[in-house]
Amino acid sequence: MLAIEGLSVAFGPKRVVDGASFSLEPGETLALVGESGSGKSLTALSILRLLPPGASASGHIRLDGVDMLEASPAELRRARGGRAGMVFQEPMTSLNPLHRIGRQVGEAMALHGNRPSREAVAALLDRVGFSDAGSRLDAFPHQLSGGQRQRVMIAMALANDPKLLIADEPTTALDVTIQAGILDLLAAEKASRGLALLLISHDLNVVRRVADRVCVMKDGQIVETGPVESVFSSPRHAYTRMLIDAEPSGRPAPVPAAAPVVAEARDVSVSFAVRRGLLRRKIAELRAVDGVSLRIREGETLGLVGESGSGKSTMGLAMLRLQACTGRLFFAGSEITALPQSQVRPLRHRMQVVFQDPFGSLSPRMSVAEIVGEGLRVHEPGLDRRARALQVEAALREVGLAPDTLHRYPHEFSGGQRQRIAVARAMVLKPRLVVLDEPTSALDRSVQAQLVDLLRTLQLRHRLAYLFISHDLAVVRALAHRVAVLQAGRIVEEGPADALFARPQTPYAAALMAAAFAGSPLAA
Amino acid sequence: MSPLSQRRLALFRAHGRGYWSLIIFAFLFLICLFAEFIANDRPLLVRYQGHFFYPVLFDYSEDAFGDDLLPTEADFTDPELTERINSHGWMLWPAIPFSYDTVIKDLPSPAPSPPSWRNLLGTDDQARDVLARVIYGFRISVLFGFTLTAVSSVVGVAAGAVQGFYGGLTDLLFQRFIEIWSGMPQLYMLIILGSIITPGFWVLLLFLLAFSWMALTGVVRAEFLRGRNLDYVRAARALGVRDGAIMGRHILPNALVAVLSFLPFTLSGSVTVLASLDFLGFGLPPGSPSLGELVSQGKDNLQSPWLAITGFVVLGGLLTLLIFIGEAVRDAFDPRKQLAP
Repeated sequence: MLAIEGLSVAFGPKRVVDGASFSLEPGETLALVGESGSGKSLTALSILRLLPPGASASGHIRLDGVDMLEASPAELRRARGGRAGMVFQEPMTSLNPLHRIGRQVGEAMALHGNRPSREAVAALLDRVGFSDAGSRLDAFPHQLSGGQRQRVMIAMALANDPKLLIADEPTTALDVTIQAGILDLLAAEKASRGLALLLISHDLNVVRRVADRVCVMKDGQIVETGPVESVFSSPRHAYTRMLIDAEPSGRPAPVPAAAPVVAEARDVSVSFAVRRGLLRRKIAELRAVDGVSLRIREGETLGLVGESGSGKSTMGLAMLRLQACTGRLFFAGSEITALPQSQVRPLRHRMQVVFQDPFGSLSPRMSVAEIVGEGLRVHEPGLDRRARALQVEAALREVGLAPDTLHRYPHEFSGGQRQRIAVARAMVLKPRLVVLDEPTSALDRSVQAQLVDLLRTLQLRHRLAYLFISHDLAVVRALAHRVAVLQAGRIVEEGPADALFARPQTPYAAALMAAAFAGSPLAA
Repeated sequence: MSPLSQRRLALFRAHGRGYWSLIIFAFLFLICLFAEFIANDRPLLVRYQGHFFYPVLFDYSEDAFGDDLLPTEADFTDPELTERINSHGWMLWPAIPFSYDTVIKDLPSPAPSPPSWRNLLGTDDQARDVLARVIYGFRISVLFGFTLTAVSSVVGVAAGAVQGFYGGLTDLLFQRFIEIWSGMPQLYMLIILGSIITPGFWVLLLFLLAFSWMALTGVVRAEFLRGRNLDYVRAARALGVRDGAIMGRHILPNALVAVLSFLPFTLSGSVTVLASLDFLGFGLPPGSPSLGELVSQGKDNLQSPWLAITGFVVLGGLLTLLIFIGEAVRDAFDPRKQLAP
């Protein structure tokens, strides 16, 4: 069906895919796994010659007998969306926001000579799991949920009965409970149509669940190939072993019973006004956080988990008085609910935050020394340049970065290093409470594990209190003492991490656990 | 220099037209900055009875060159004085021995006289040397343009920053104010102003500034609206950084790219505004050297084409140079632009 031999992709002199070879039979699922930058997406994109400008591919890619790298433009157009369909990671940006979904799916059919009728499009959407497909044809992409959008993408990819379906991280942008549905859909379509499925993923749980064979990629080369069971149970290559062992493991150190409460929220609510019409009248109130009470002790990590939109990030910002809210907030024994911002400012260096996106949270035009030193300039204006540089250096060393990084800019660092810089920016102020807003979710598994280790070490050394916000239960389990499960702005379950992971009390928490740990060796 | 600036410099140089325009413009501007030493009705240096005089730099009274002369300001075009100095020393004249307001009394034909070896671009209808006026006019146009652009950019960026950063009611009120203010009939207001006082360089600058700052606010406001929700801005707020520092240190550098690529076009716009006001007669006071006034003279004296042609070529050339430079700057700041290998 698909045979790739000696495929190389290069940007100028730099080879990012180097001599990759594999083949794929009808009815088979092959997973390409590897960390970011390993060249797995570029390999997939080169099959349909969709490489970004500047990249050049060499080697042989035979799709159904046609060498794609030498195919004429007309042949290419027939292959794209005809013989091979593609599903991308981010369904919001892969769909045109200005066209109704029925039209977009219909267009995919019309491009390949199938005249689309409303019924045909509706039948296709019905097949990918829209229960009311007929009425949703006129919906715009923004009116659908993330999972539904991904289903539309799959419908478009399947519209012309392709023989090969390429899925590039199809579930990465989705919540765990929705991931399962999408994966089931892909598996069902594969079985009923005899599709060859090429799955690109960094998530080994997903791979374990759906793939027949695996190719492990590292630095553009395929280091190991084989059936899923044998690769996972007895990996031959050291890199594969590292990937499998990279699941965050270990447990946090216990908290002394007498540890004082550092931060507390009592009955906190955050609501946003929904405005409509010419005069922007307030017609409703959206309660993002609804009567949440939390309490974090010194040296303790409280894990705040929930799906996207459950209000967990908003709650984190509210705890730091970065988000207007009602209710009462306490920090280090005193109430800070009603303090004006000018009086909160001196407290800021005792409560810090680390954000999710390591690319967005560092100012691109400031050097590492300026980024980490900025808080010192605000809170300890008496320090001279030398003393400040010394403290910045110490903070960098503490998070495991060499002091020669001081005068470099954020774009020169990898995602994990950037996140360490963000942690150093918080740590240099010697905080008592750190809100960690999904600090690991943009990182590779192996880098996540290192960051989790770092956070645990720092907590032990400085008796920090963490509010750890995450949707990734594997990481929460490795870091949190207590866990609070948030659903639609309310806490549905709260308790010690061990007990909650072992015996979730509410159906929602149980569903989260089931989706997160299915197929994982941790699901003990 | 950071890699980013190096890349921008390389991109700017790669834009050949813009690069050469900048060199030519810089050369012309440098010459015009020293206009007094190139076109003047006073000698650069006078040697009289063993003493040196510097009439370009200092005023001398006529009795310094003989006790029998009156203590009035020395006029070095006066034949009597010239003769006296030449008999007791010598004079070094600039390349063009006329200033912008020198009325040439001994023209061979009535003013405006056509180009000759004495007046390379001819004279205007008040018997003043056109080349001298062009040199001074170029200088005042560019200086006025630079000042107006610089000041209105600063005001515009500050206004846009406040609007975008605070958003909400501040933004709403500010925008409505801008809408009303930009609806004012500028030209009529200028005519009214002109009937009360004679607008000079600074009055004109202030008046135009009151309206021109609005050009940039939209772009800057949009950048700040986007920037204030970025993670690193929230991180800075969580560090307790003050609003002013957040705006200046974190958001402004990103907004400046938009401003910088606008700048050359604002500059050529400012030059045009001054020229058109001078053309209409509402600009600089009468007698000032100005390109707009030259064009207007060309219109009034169609039988003397050297006036209109000179005005057109100088003004057109200046604007073309500025636009080419602007294109190169815009390309240099375009993050998507690839350097040819």
